[in-house]
Amino acid sequence: MSEETIKKIILKEDEDYIINMGPQHPSTHGVLRLEVCLNGERVKYMIPHIGYIHRGMEKMAEFNTYKQVIHLTDRMDYLSAHINNEAVCLAVENALEVEVPERVKYIRAILDELSRIASHNLWWSAFGMDLGALTTFFYGMRDREKVLAIFEESFGSRLLHSFNTPGGLMHDVHPNFRKHTMEFVKYFRKKLPDYKNLLTDNVIFHNRTKGIGVMDKETAINYGVTGPSGRGSGFSCDIRKVAPYGIYEKVVFREILYREGDSFARYKVRMDEMEESLNILEQLVSDMPEEGGFTAKMKPVIKLPEGEYFQRVEAARGEFAVFIVSKGEKYPYRIKFRSPNFSNLFVLSKLAVGGIIADLVATCGSLDLVIPDIDR
Amino acid sequence: MEKNNKFTEFVANAVPYGTLSQGAQFPELTVPAGKIHEAAEALKNYEEQPFDYLVSLTAVDHLEKITMVYHLESTLTHTLIVLKADLEERDNAKIDTVSDLWITAEFHEREVFDLFGIHFNNHPDMRRLFLEDDYGFPLRKDFKDDVNIIEYSN
Repeated sequence: MSEETIKKIILKEDEDYIINMGPQHPSTHGVLRLEVCLNGERVKYMIPHIGYIHRGMEKMAEFNTYKQVIHLTDRMDYLSAHINNEAVCLAVENALEVEVPERVKYIRAILDELSRIASHNLWWSAFGMDLGALTTFFYGMRDREKVLAIFEESFGSRLLHSFNTPGGLMHDVHPNFRKHTMEFVKYFRKKLPDYKNLLTDNVIFHNRTKGIGVMDKETAINYGVTGPSGRGSGFSCDIRKVAPYGIYEKVVFREILYREGDSFARYKVRMDEMEESLNILEQLVSDMPEEGGFTAKMKPVIKLPEGEYFQRVEAARGEFAVFIVSKGEKYPYRIKFRSPNFSNLFVLSKLAVGGIIADLVATCGSLDLVIPDIDR
Repeated sequence: MEKNNKFTEFVANAVPYGTLSQGAQFPELTVPAGKIHEAAEALKNYEEQPFDYLVSLTAVDHLEKITMVYHLESTLTHTLIVLKADLEERDNAKIDTVSDLWITAEFHEREVFDLFGIHFNNHPDMRRLFLEDDYGFPLRKDFKDDVNIIEYSN
């Protein structure tokens, strides 16, 4: 046989070798299917297939009142559920020109930052595990439990607490809320050096992430990659800074930016953001007023004046925005949820090309995707 | 609006067919559907503040018309504007793609195609994103789902 025939018939070099990662694959963290075309171990192209848990939330929202819609937003990015709630609440409050009490703004921001820490913490655990470091999962889960305990004490639920409501909060926080939050800040500060020793300074981890999945700033902007993933490429997109909402104007904090754009830079952004969140928490907890109630006076039936309302917030994974079109009814005429993961996912097919399949797992992990947020 | 004088001037020069108005939150620029790509390109290449980040792309079904809504941000100045275009035709809704300007639009447009049935001309990959090929277009207001009947109860 000629060399050409061997290549063609025996090695099948002219055929694409296609592998499906998912829908049930441990490193996709949900039902996401990546159709990967391989040449040896190298990725030729990658097509993401989504829609496995598409629930039609935007359609469902058209048949629900504004207070009910809040409970839907939880189920998108369940790890930053509180922040998603806040987006709808802020949009409704802005439309009705309701001024919420100062204390509510503080509590909301505290919960935002606690959610962010819990979310980044879970990501850190899972990212380590994706790359073969199982210990991170136990460390991360142990410390995340402390945050969830604070949530449980005040709201009765740990993950999807739907605690925000237009005008304020469902009920007041637990009397120990402040004390326990402060205790957590002190506790977590002590634990962060462990994280650094375990994973951040680990040589194997460096080899797996440095220079892997490099995304430059133009790509990040063009693909609309926001949040820590975008900031790892130097794209300044922290909504808390660029379009401040709630109490964030009064808080002193810095936007974490790295220029390298590789998986390690995205990792570093999240690690630094956890520390920054602790700083924000310290300021908020010490400044939070004791008195002032937990809600503004609201009508029992909320009807938004006719018009269009757009509200952006910084969720744990990037920019979450809600676009409401109202015709003066108690139901929204149309709601669009701009979810961060939807935009963040598709850059993966660009980053994966040319890399090996093990790097695809590292890149996918570093983007920190939550699949229900993509499908909605 | 005084602050946006330069922008108003730019719009008058580069997008003469568009109408600029100040919405409740952001400036709104409405253009004819046929000119959407031209207007989007002008906004993206605006030297003072290039609108290089497409925040959100969606459609709203007003029954008598379908409106495309684009939220654009300039990463230089962090100003946000809304670009709108009305589609008159319902059965054969069509508009030019902007995915060659912002790649993220490619997937947002697939979503709009999936849920609204708006076809995007020159789109590189015009397939449905979430649903089956024979499913209707659920976000249209005249959509009837025979299996899961949900109706207004007010």
